Amino acid sequence: MSEIIKVGMADLKVCSSPNGLTTLGLGSCVGIAIRDPITKIGGLAHIMLPDSTAIRGGQLNIPKFADTGITELVRQMEALGAKRSRMVAKLAGGAMMFTFQNKTDLVRVGDRNVEASRKKLAELQIPVLVADTGANYGRTVIFYPETGDYVIRAVGKPEKVI
Amino acid sequence: MADMSLDNVTQNYMDVLKEIGNIGAGNAMTALSQMLQCKVDMQVPQVRLLEFQEVGSMMGGEEQLMVGVYLAVEGDITGSIMFLVRTDSAKHLVDKLMMGLASEGDELNEMEISAMKEISNIITGAYLNSLSMLTNLKIYPSPPDLALDMAGAILSVPAIEFGIMGDKILLIQSQFYDDVEIDGYFILIPDLESYEKILSALGMV
Repeated sequence: MSEIIKVGMADLKVCSSPNGLTTLGLGSCVGIAIRDPITKIGGLAHIMLPDSTAIRGGQLNIPKFADTGITELVRQMEALGAKRSRMVAKLAGGAMMFTFQNKTDLVRVGDRNVEASRKKLAELQIPVLVADTGANYGRTVIFYPETGDYVIRAVGKPEKVI
Repeated sequence: MADMSLDNVTQNYMDVLKEIGNIGAGNAMTALSQMLQCKVDMQVPQVRLLEFQEVGSMMGGEEQLMVGVYLAVEGDITGSIMFLVRTDSAKHLVDKLMMGLASEGDELNEMEISAMKEISNIITGAYLNSLSMLTNLKIYPSPPDLALDMAGAILSVPAIEFGIMGDKILLIQSQFYDDVEIDGYFILIPDLESYEKILSALGMV
């Protein structure tokens, strides 16, 4: 029996095959899927903002940020038995939902989320195999650590697998 | 003030927002009723402070198709305001405005999108007017931009703006009816500095 585990907004989960992970309605947020192909352990993080160090007020919410979220995702995968040297990543999301979303500190937050995710992954030496990011529409994603398939659904568009 | 977080908003402040929401929704419904030339009733709006995770499910799931209209706000306060309705409700409103000539199905064509922007302009304008009158602050909205997409994707935009301040999102839910029931949601997102201005204009700081 396999199940699909739901990851919320500003949330992260790990699992191992045959289970899968999903997050619904990614907008400017980014869904980072990481997999160890040997152990078939996978993780999915739904991050909202690029940088935890640029934040004013409030408590640190680890899965909310690309930098802290990815670090924590990798740590939890390693705790399950995955090896960092084997990990590979796929990215989705980071859309610009509204055209005038370009004011002050929210300049291209979707793009910045993608950039920050790539930067953190590069730091951890985890290669990004493929990405479906940007544009102006929302995405629902399902990630299968068994095969590494990252299924992307969008409104009015055919489903695709990256 | 720099570390003010939305997580600490007081009950008092919630009451003020509820009142603004109530007056605003009242104005909005009057405007809508004139525009559509029919009677529009409403319920007292609910003001809620929700965790990110709860927002999507409240609107019928993260994948619920919604129309979201988003406007930037400038003037004495800066920030943005978003108005959300389900796609079928949006279609119903547009059909009313177009005197029954809207297309079939839940999609919106170019003319219908333009009509929906106009309706949202009226509704959000009435809201902002109430806020402006109560606080005596000048508030100017930008032209609206519209997205038809999954609730989660649309909500990621205000959620990210709130995300800079804390882990919750402030939502004003107003239900209104003409011949069908329509759930509309308002999300007011003042920038941090503007919170203080609103509160002090209302004599609360």
